[in-house]
Order: sequence, then C-alpha cells, then structure tokens
Amino acid sequence: MNGLFNKLMQDVRFEEGLSACINCGTCTAICPAAEFYNYDPRVMADIIQTRDDQQIEELLKSDTIWYCGECMSCKTRCPRGNAPGLIIIALRSLSQELGYFTESEKGRQQLVVKRIIGHSILESGYCVFPDLVSTELHPEQGTVWKWEFEHFKEIFEKLGANYKGNGPGALRIIPKESLDEIQSIFEVTGGNKLFSKIEDFSKKKAKEMGLRIDESIDNPYCMYIYKHNSGNHNS
Amino acid sequence: MRDEGKKRIWQEYQKEIADDNYYYVRSCIRQTFFPGSEHTFVKILKEELAKNLYETPAHTTCTGIGYHSDVVPFETTMTVVARQFSLMSEAGYKNYVPSCITSFGLYTEILEIWHEHPEIEDKIKEWLWKATKREFKKPENLAHSSDIIYKFRENIASIAKYKLVNNENGKPLKVVEHIGCHYSKMFPQKGVGGAEYPYVLTGMVKSWGGEVIDYPERRHCCGFGFRQYIVQANRGYSLGCSKKKFESMEPYEPDMIITNCPGCPMFLDRWQYVISETEGKTYGKDGHGIPVFTYEEVAGLVLGYDPWEIGLQLHQVPCEPVLEKMGIRYDPAKKYLGKNGEYLGKPVSPDYLKFY
Repeated sequence: MNGLFNKLMQDVRFEEGLSACINCGTCTAICPAAEFYNYDPRVMADIIQTRDDQQIEELLKSDTIWYCGECMSCKTRCPRGNAPGLIIIALRSLSQELGYFTESEKGRQQLVVKRIIGHSILESGYCVFPDLVSTELHPEQGTVWKWEFEHFKEIFEKLGANYKGNGPGALRIIPKESLDEIQSIFEVTGGNKLFSKIEDFSKKKAKEMGLRIDESIDNPYCMYIYKHNSGNHNS
Repeated sequence: MRDEGKKRIWQEYQKEIADDNYYYVRSCIRQTFFPGSEHTFVKILKEELAKNLYETPAHTTCTGIGYHSDVVPFETTMTVVARQFSLMSEAGYKNYVPSCITSFGLYTEILEIWHEHPEIEDKIKEWLWKATKREFKKPENLAHSSDIIYKFRENIASIAKYKLVNNENGKPLKVVEHIGCHYSKMFPQKGVGGAEYPYVLTGMVKSWGGEVIDYPERRHCCGFGFRQYIVQANRGYSLGCSKKKFESMEPYEPDMIITNCPGCPMFLDRWQYVISETEGKTYGKDGHGIPVFTYEEVAGLVLGYDPWEIGLQLHQVPCEPVLEKMGIRYDPAKKYLGKNGEYLGKPVSPDYLKFY
C-alpha cells in the first residue's frame, strides 16, 4: 500500500475526481489551462489510469501538474462525472508531501505562495488584505489601485469599511482569539506540517541551485521563483 | 439572448433560498478590492428589504485561496470551515450567506463530502474540538449573497429609481453576465439556473430592464487560476483568459459587464487596463473600456445610490459611460473625495484607456 497510486487512492479528492475516464477529451476542449499551456488533462487522467508508479512519479516531478487553474470547468462537462481538477489537487498534495514539487519550475513556486497566502492567513486571518497587494509586485493593478494604495484609510472609511478597526465589518482587525484558534487548527490538522515541508524542501533546493534564501519574501531564491519564466510552457 | 430552450434548463435548476435571518460572512477579495459592494449589500438588505442580517468580527477567511493554490491541506480547510459554522451556530443562525464564490463553492463541496463520507465529518468534529473546544451544526440553508439579491430582484425593481435602459433611445442596455466558476461548475444543482446557463445574474438584469448578451465564451474563466495570478511569472495565463473573453464579447458591443464573484470584476477590469497599455487596444467605442460591475453595485445604481458612495471610483475602467446612458445624476467633482470631503488627488490617467 506504499505505492504512489495507492497513496493517491487514500485522498478523497482523488476518489471523487476519477472513476473511469473514457479519454474522450471533453475536459481538454473546455480547459483554460490546456489552451494556454502545454497541458492536456485527458493525457494526465490517462497516465494516472495506468497505475504505473514510475509514470506517476514523473508527473509529480513535472511542471504539468501545476498548470491547472482549478476553475473546475472540467467537472461540468465530463460525461462520466470525473473532475480532472480534483485529481490535480490530489497530485499537487502528494508532490508537496514527498518534496517532488521542487523538481519543476512551476512546482518550486509553491514556496512563495506559502509565504504570501499561507502567512497572511495565519497572521491576519485573511487570504488577501489590501496592504499585501503592493504596486511594485502588482503593476497590473493600475493607476487607480496606486491612488487607492496611497489613501486606503480615507477611501475605505468612506465606503463603509472598518479598515483595521475593531468590531465587525469589511477589512476589520480579526481578534487575536480567532487567530489563535486558526493557528491551533493548523497545528492539529496538519497545516503547519505542510508549511514546514514546503519550507524544508525549498531550502534544500535553493542550496542546490546556489541561490541565497532567508525567511523573507524578497530573498534571491523567492524572487527568482516568483518572477522566472523559462518560456518553455506554451506551444 | 434567445430564451426559449434556456427556460427549460432554468426550471430544472432552482434552489431554496432562505427568506430572512442571514448569517453573513465576508470575502477576502471583495473586501480588498470592492469593500463598497459588501456595504451596499448590507444596506440593501437592512434598509430597503427590512431583513435581519448578522455578522461577527470573529470569522476569518475560509482559507479558500490557500486551499486552491494548494498550500492548505483539505483537513485544515474543512476544520476552519467547521469553525465558521460553529460561530453561526453560536449566534443562533441557520442561514449561511458567504460573500465569496470561492467560499460558496468550498462550503458546498465540503457539505457534499461530509454527506457522502460521514466518517470525514466525524473526524473534523473531533479535530475542531481538539483545536478549539468548539462544536458546530451545519447550515440549514446555504446561499451565496448573489442568490439573495436574485431572490429579491423584483422587490428591488419595484422601488428602483433607474433602469438598465439607455436613457436616450429607450433600448435595454446590453449586458454581459459573468458567473464565478465555483458558483455552480462543480455542483450545477446548487446554483440558480445550473452551470451551463446560470440564471442568477440574468434574472437580475432582466428584472432591472437590461438585455443579456449571449456570446461564445460566456462560460470561460476570468483567469484567476489562484497560483496562476498569485505568482508573477504565471500571470500571462490570467491575462490570456480575460483577453479571450473580451475578444469574444466585443462584436456584440456590450454596454457593461456584471459579475457575481469577488475576483472576476477585478481581473476583467484590470486586464482591460493592461491590454490597453501594452497593445493600445480598448474594447469599447472611442477609447472606452467595457465597464465592469459587481451585482451589488448594479443593484445600488438602480436604487439610486450615489456612485461614489458605493465605490465605483475604485474601478480602473471608468463607469461614467453607463451612468450617462442610464441617466443617473451624479457629481463628477465628488469622485475623488475622501470620507470627510477632502480631495485626495486624481489617479494618473492611462495612456490609451479613456479616463475621467
């Protein structure tokens, strides 16, 4: 029961996502990622159905599993009720569990996702908060966001938000007792353990690649994986 | 849009939406980019519809963006969601109303998983107790906040001050409706109208006088893709998805876009700016973009709320062409004022996109 396919079988997302794929390709036809990347969910499902651990290991170490946007358009259209998007979630989970994610350019990006979104959840109680969306890292946000960024308090209060205030409302400070409960949930359910694995495997990879890494977000390794695009992902 | 066949589909996909006593949970993304929309939703429910709505500062993110960018395990997300339900139970409410579509989809998925695998629900109960000493009851009714506005769309129409009608020629405004993927693509029976032709926004548009455009890529994702936007190196995916939609809708000359997902209006707004800056291309007439709105903003406009009080100044694609067409009276000089009436300066005008 230690094989990779067997490990996938233990994930309820995998169980719900793949019963019997007839390889019709409907998922690929509707998939936004298949249109943009060298990605084909039909082929991915076919590889999984071989139950061949060697092929599954190659998949777990590849860029392929990181192309999906998890929009779940595939679920609506699959004539057999499969959800390749759910299979992808299970594959990504296993890739991180085993440290295989650092073997691909797209997989390595998980460290910055963890340090941006993961840290925000634990520190503020929000996945995203305005202060996180800096104009330097998000030039696409435009000139209005830049103006907004310089006047958050005045603008948000005008619009009825409770920006960094106590009590209910949009953009409030989430009470410490609530953050403590979230932290405790992460500890009990394996959230912190996954964070540690992402950190440990990434630091090992940074060393291998000869890039400096520390606990910040703007160290050379993080900035490299955040910005680097080899250009080898699209047809 | 031709309705004949779709009416049959819409009849098949109806859902129960609670009538009153809502437990409201805010969205990370909507608060960040369009906080005025959530304020407008609360105002409409309390002041226009006289409904009871409760919220607590103790709720947190559902972790949805972390879960769908794969850095939060399912067990952790399910237990955080169980805590959200516990806060609802503690407050004495049964009708759960999330503002976020990612959350709505995740809650729906988790309730389905617990229904099919009761042993997982038992495990989550155990973990929640171990972590927080909390217990919870599942919601009796789960509806997205757009479902609530849909339910009361005719009530809103009956007290509306403006219609989605061109004031100059009396024709309905041509509206693109964009539904967040996680509203019903996973569980079509949980969305008003299903997944292929959702009716939740179409119903609002029709009740308020507009006409919905049926264009080829109406069900294509806006391109958020979670990690595909969060990581700078991947943002071409996000831009590419939105661009595909713009090119598909452009020939139909839409007056506006209405959305029900927190992220979609931001992406459809910002990527128009990026395309105009990089390619000099705009999708409206004479250098204008296609204004993008949340459904709360559109409800606020038809009810006659001041555009600058509901947050329309936060859109990069200016809303003014739609205000003009609807004949809405507004004061351009108040657009960039702060809470106390102080002038905050004007954002830099983009190079190509017409700006006000």
